[in-house]
Amino acid sequence: MKLIDSLTSRYKILTHNNRAFFGFLILILYFLMATIGPHLVSLDNIIDYAGRYQGISLQHWLGTDYAGRDTFSQIVHGSTDVMLIAFSTAFFATFMAIIIGIFSGLKGGRIDAFIMKIVDILLTLPQFPIMAIFAGIFTIKDSITFGILLACFSWAPLSRGIRSQVLSIKNKEFIEVCHIMNMSTFHIIFKELLPNMIPFISINFIHIAKNAIIASVGIMLLGIVPLSVTNWGMMINIATKQVGAIYVPHALPYLLSPIFFIVVFQFALINFASGVEELFDPRSRGR
Amino acid sequence: MKKKYKKYFSSAITIFVAIIISFYLVRSMPGDFIHLRATEIQLQQSLTYETAYNIAKRQYNYDPSVPIYKQFIGYVGGLAHGNLGQSVILRIPVTDIIRKALPWTIFLCSVSLFISFLLGSIIGLFVSFRSRIRWLDSTVSFAAALSQSIPDFIIALLLIVILAINIQLFPLRGAYDVDTVPGFNIPFILGVLYHAVLPVMSYVISTIGAWTLTMKASASTVLSEDYINVAKAKGLRDKRILSKYIGKNAVIPLVPGLAISFAMMLSSSLFIENIFSYPGIGYFFGFSIGNRDFTLLQGILLISIVMIVISNHVADKVHEWLDPRIDL
Repeated sequence: MKLIDSLTSRYKILTHNNRAFFGFLILILYFLMATIGPHLVSLDNIIDYAGRYQGISLQHWLGTDYAGRDTFSQIVHGSTDVMLIAFSTAFFATFMAIIIGIFSGLKGGRIDAFIMKIVDILLTLPQFPIMAIFAGIFTIKDSITFGILLACFSWAPLSRGIRSQVLSIKNKEFIEVCHIMNMSTFHIIFKELLPNMIPFISINFIHIAKNAIIASVGIMLLGIVPLSVTNWGMMINIATKQVGAIYVPHALPYLLSPIFFIVVFQFALINFASGVEELFDPRSRGR
Repeated sequence: MKKKYKKYFSSAITIFVAIIISFYLVRSMPGDFIHLRATEIQLQQSLTYETAYNIAKRQYNYDPSVPIYKQFIGYVGGLAHGNLGQSVILRIPVTDIIRKALPWTIFLCSVSLFISFLLGSIIGLFVSFRSRIRWLDSTVSFAAALSQSIPDFIIALLLIVILAINIQLFPLRGAYDVDTVPGFNIPFILGVLYHAVLPVMSYVISTIGAWTLTMKASASTVLSEDYINVAKAKGLRDKRILSKYIGKNAVIPLVPGLAISFAMMLSSSLFIENIFSYPGIGYFFGFSIGNRDFTLLQGILLISIVMIVISNHVADKVHEWLDPRIDL
């Protein structure tokens, strides 16, 4: 009951905060698009050069591409891939960051110093080029592998944050009580430490997902990772680099559609993250 | 004093790791490219295969026949002599490419960083000072969130489509007019500035939101300090309070962010410079990844990491100079 109470009160805060609620709604729409969208909208692969670069119409909601195929259906089918990359990156990166951050923070001493040295080095590497290099070396064929690769270079900042949170919590009274009561480390980590860090972790989860989209779209734009052609990054790559749609004035709906969907998604993520921040940190409310 | 040495030491370790990564990259290159190059040299210059093979080894700074640790020592030795090897595809020394490309990237990134930092902090400062004007605050917050949600290369694409292709106001690609003579003359410099407008705009638009928000937050903490109330009570002009009292103190916490932002721009240059075909290191980065030119790739990777390390040190120095209270 207590849980439900706290959830509903939090839900109320979320709906009161317009920006966060707006972000939340859009994220739900994107989620629906990625999960049930492909079953509702069929992807036509019929090439019809006579009907290329059509404008927005009832038949083609976002016009047609360079070969007369419907753009909207490509966007819907590509959304699954984009979400998969974003959330697999965020999931794996957060997972790694939690394990490494908590381990480093609890162990302390030399192990801690050594791990933080590695984190420092990872933070100094130029992120996008390194991701692009490794994406180029290992030929990537599916979204989840791509997500794991991006995650390998995304966990470092969060793990540093988690480690410093652990350091500040681990000497507090309630943790000392746990030690005195002879509770297991497992209990301390999962029942005492993690619940305290959930707000921090969830905000960072959203930011990692946001950066994963930037990185993945950029790398696909360079043409290093050839994934499915409906992936938004690939759509932009094809439109700008392969068929030269940027030089065709009436091809704008085709070129702008993936860009628009990426930007709105990013915008929703940012707003939602700020909402989550206020949700857990009452002091920042109304700022 | 001791901390300072520690910092240099950790930078040295970072660069060393960068060397290891770049070394690994060459070794992960598919195919026996030394053999290929050797047969080519043999045909071109009618030498024996052994001599040609030795030349090829020196060109790539890589010798596959000796054990790995010796290869590594040889590689580092080559680096110490400034030998980054020869580009596999372009067939010119990597150091020459970097020497030509690096100034363009530094130019773009530093100009963008300067403009975006200056504008962002002025806007942030102003908004926090006038936080009672609700519409201003919400408009700026909205714009800042939007600026953060559009990746810089997407902005670059949009700018190209709108300002370079449809309106044809700015050039589409390159760094200077092909008709001008590179050097210190007015037509060339004007051409350079003209060509830099769109890339700089893409960087500025995508980073200005973050500067505005951090400055706003920083300034509002300064605003609640007692000495601001004293200044107001003394009847000082708003302008003076803004610049001398709030601005000066609020800008200090932002300085370490400059190095981070510079590193981000350096890493984004991979996308931006490719979109504008701007001949900086980002362009050659993309080129070398796309064409699997591993010698060029390792050279550029190494130089970018060194640049990031240097920019971190510079930001530390500036921070120390601005705020003598902190001891780094």
